[in-house]
Amino acid sequence: MDFNFTEEQDMVRDSLTRLVRENYGWETRMAAINSENGLNPGTWAQLAELGLFGMPFAEEDGGFGGGAVDAMIVMEEFGKGLVVEPFVPTVVCAGGFLKHAGTAAQKEEHIGGIVDGSQIFAFAYAEPRGRYDYADLETTAKKDGSGYILNGHKAVVIGAPWATHLIVTARTSGERRDKQGVSVFVIDKSADGVVTRDYATVDGRRASEVFFENASIPAEALIGEEGGGLPLIERVTDEAIAAQCAEACGAMKVAHTMTVDYSRERKQFGVPIGSFQVLQHRMVDMYTEYEQSVSMTYLATLKLDAPEAERKLAVSAAKVRIGQAAHHIGQEAIQIHGGNGMTDEYAIGHYFKRLTIFDSEFGNVDHHMKRHMTLANA
Amino acid sequence: MNLEFTPEEIAFRDEVRAFIAENYPKQLEGLTQRDDLDPADMVAWHKVLGEKGWSVPAWPEEYGGTGWTPTQRYIWSEENARVNAVMPLPFGTSMVGPVIYTFGSDEQKAQHLAGIRSGDVWWCQGYSEPGAGSDLASLKTTAVRDGDHYVLNGQKTWTTLAQHADWGFFLCRTDPDAAKPQQGISFILVDMKTPGIEVRPIKLIDGGYEVNETWLDDVRVPVENLVGQENMGWTYAKFLLAHERSGIAGVARSKRGVEQLRGIAKSEQLDGAPLMSDFDFARKVSQLEIDLSALEITELRTLAGEQAGKGPGPESSILKIKGTEIQQRLTELTLEAVGHYGTPFYPSVSDAGSNEYPVGPSYAEHSAASYFNMRKTSIYGGSNEIQRNIITKMILGL
Repeated sequence: MDFNFTEEQDMVRDSLTRLVRENYGWETRMAAINSENGLNPGTWAQLAELGLFGMPFAEEDGGFGGGAVDAMIVMEEFGKGLVVEPFVPTVVCAGGFLKHAGTAAQKEEHIGGIVDGSQIFAFAYAEPRGRYDYADLETTAKKDGSGYILNGHKAVVIGAPWATHLIVTARTSGERRDKQGVSVFVIDKSADGVVTRDYATVDGRRASEVFFENASIPAEALIGEEGGGLPLIERVTDEAIAAQCAEACGAMKVAHTMTVDYSRERKQFGVPIGSFQVLQHRMVDMYTEYEQSVSMTYLATLKLDAPEAERKLAVSAAKVRIGQAAHHIGQEAIQIHGGNGMTDEYAIGHYFKRLTIFDSEFGNVDHHMKRHMTLANA
Repeated sequence: MNLEFTPEEIAFRDEVRAFIAENYPKQLEGLTQRDDLDPADMVAWHKVLGEKGWSVPAWPEEYGGTGWTPTQRYIWSEENARVNAVMPLPFGTSMVGPVIYTFGSDEQKAQHLAGIRSGDVWWCQGYSEPGAGSDLASLKTTAVRDGDHYVLNGQKTWTTLAQHADWGFFLCRTDPDAAKPQQGISFILVDMKTPGIEVRPIKLIDGGYEVNETWLDDVRVPVENLVGQENMGWTYAKFLLAHERSGIAGVARSKRGVEQLRGIAKSEQLDGAPLMSDFDFARKVSQLEIDLSALEITELRTLAGEQAGKGPGPESSILKIKGTEIQQRLTELTLEAVGHYGTPFYPSVSDAGSNEYPVGPSYAEHSAASYFNMRKTSIYGGSNEIQRNIITKMILGL
């Protein structure tokens, strides 16, 4: 057993902490998310310079041979600063698909671009009627000569307005919700027949509805086995969940610290409100929830390469526990901040909103509770 | 004991239902979110009710109340909730109005009550200050007597919809040397057009602008605008807060919200079946409905007490605590129901570019904003922690 980080990992964390503090201060962040394209110009390049984007890839593929623990470190720091840059869609999701199932040509085409920051990805998996089932697909990819014709509507594709490329899930055979017949494609967002409608999200990011209107894509766009994509999607989304659990932990830590600090400064009835036992105990409960969440993030992260059932159990357990903690901590943080917590001006409300939306990404508490129950009773 | 309505009450229900069906303003149909409403929309139904004589049912008849029994008033709010009616704002009708007819001078009654009833005069509440929230009695805004005027100085906050207000009621310190902070506070009516008042909007986490900071800089107010006696304002303020709390449970509205939630969960799909047929989700909706039943009967018991001549007492704190928890849970479950479509930000009418069609299903449009916005309910009107303190002191006697 070893819960220590390597020297390199500590260094990555330190430099990222510095970058977030120096170049991603609160006012800079707010100006960026309210700007035309919602990003702070330059941040993506700075993150690339730190070498973060090469993390998951093997050295022979142009990466740095890192692993899930590295992504965890990055995302915890992102969570602390509410960094909106699409690290998870690009590095964890697209990177994961390429690493686990990409052909030599696909790796050649994309890994270099991810590492140097020139290729940004979004992961188009959700659909208007599919909820959290990756196989509940109405988007279809029909064989057409050697390639495919893509039709369908992908919902709330996080980071798509910033993306140069999309990872798309689509049905190549079978019926809606069949486990077989799901395929994964990597496409250029500017391809003909790809139409996007961009918008802001309540937690300060950007997303798109993505429509495929007879989009013609080449055979080489297929990642992994045709029709056999579901286990691959589950693996990559489990990796994304672990990374976002770390992000939630970072956000919860800051939300808790801000709340404790506020309770020290805010005086009512002539004393700091932090001197009231009823609030003290509630802040202790927030702290306990946070610590449990850190533990669950470690569990999920360290089980990502375990056998499938073991991995899924650990990831679902983490997503359930942290989904609950994120709601609890977000709500209590606002309550203890009182009216000030309701204002756009105070940072705490933005942490609350990010922690709210965390639950609905890659399956909410109920979804993962069911997956856990099914596997645990198998 | 009997929970059923009498034949007379059923006849009354049919009468108000028919009235609402015929007279509810067409332009308000389908508008449920305050953000979708412009100021004229917010008072449109109020004005219709003012004409009819139904805008202030709870007031004594001599001041324009309807003389309805508490049960009839309950039926009235139920029937309005059925159509999601945009009800009269509380600042005039259930806050300052009762203070004026209970403690005000004849001149104040003559000057203000008619405008409150008709909806022609918009009121706002100047209670909280940046340093005086839960501890309202620590407020610092001063009113200093200068001849026939008070001169007001200070800063109020959370003044809801003050950007549209014609008049405001303000708690000000008139005796800084009083022995206890509760003493030395006065209740003063202020024309919002008086020079020296500046209203600055506060943006909230849902993106809306419903509250403001209100700055008072040498605002000269005639002494006739003092309500009741100087330095007795805390008594009136407490009276008002008890009135505010009794309406805060929002039972009828929450019942309508549960119905809407069921409708949404029937449209949303999970594994190809309606979300509403999912055991886990259905269980949570039932839990909410059960909690709401308990609240409803508790409110009816309180109403029956009122009918027997008891005013709203400290038990109205239960209504506030449970009512707001249920409203919050309702919006939380609604957000959960819409899945991915809780994530997009939908600009309100106060923002540019609001004419775009919704991204997802229209019922998802304000789900996140409503959830965020409803967090205020356990903070305002005396936070739920303060309500628990009241119960501790007044009911448990600790």
